[in-house]
Amino acid sequence: MSIHQFIDQQLKSHDVVLFMKGTPQFPQCGFSGQVVQILDYLGVPYKGVNILDSDELRQGIKAYSNWPTIPQLYVKGEFVGGCDIIREMFQANELQNLLKEKGVKLAERA
Amino acid sequence: MAMDAREIERLIKKAIPDAAVEIRDLAGDGDHYAATVVAESFRGKSRVQQHQMVYAALKGSMGGALHALALQTTIPEGH
Repeated sequence: MSIHQFIDQQLKSHDVVLFMKGTPQFPQCGFSGQVVQILDYLGVPYKGVNILDSDELRQGIKAYSNWPTIPQLYVKGEFVGGCDIIREMFQANELQNLLKEKGVKLAERA
Repeated sequence: MAMDAREIERLIKKAIPDAAVEIRDLAGDGDHYAATVVAESFRGKSRVQQHQMVYAALKGSMGGALHALALQTTIPEGH
C-alpha cells in the first residue's frame, strides 16, 4: 500500500483524523498538543495518527494536503487546517459549527 | 537554521504585493515567529488557501529553515 493510499484509508475509516507528532495521550510537540486539547475539550471522537512513526508518512501527509507543517486536522476527508487555523476557528465557534454541519457527534459533557 | 524577520516579510510581499505584514519574534531566537498578514488578495479564499499562499511565498522555508511561524491571515476591512 502506498502512503497516499494509507492516508486515504485513514480518512475513509474515521470522521475526524489528526495527523500529529506523538499521540493524543502523549503529544510530542506543543502545536499538536494544542489541537489535542481543543478536540478533547469539545469531546470530539478522533483518530490520532503519529507521523513520527514513519518518515514516509511525515513527508507524505505534507504532499497530500499541500501543507508544510504538522499537526493537520481532517474532518470527513477534508483538510480543515493546522494549529493556528484550528485555534482561530475554535475561538470563533466555527470549528464547533463545522463539526455539527458535517454530522460529527460530540460526546456529552457533564 | 534561523531566518531573519525582514527576509520573511520580503518574501511574503514579493509574492503577495498588496500584503501588509507584521512579524513578531516570539522567543528572540530568530526561529519562532508570529506573523499577521492582511491582504485584499485573500478575499474569497478559505483560511487554508490564504495560509497556503503565504507558505508558497516562503518557498519551502516553512517547516525547514523556519521552524515555527504562527500565522494569522485577514482581509482588510472597509472599502
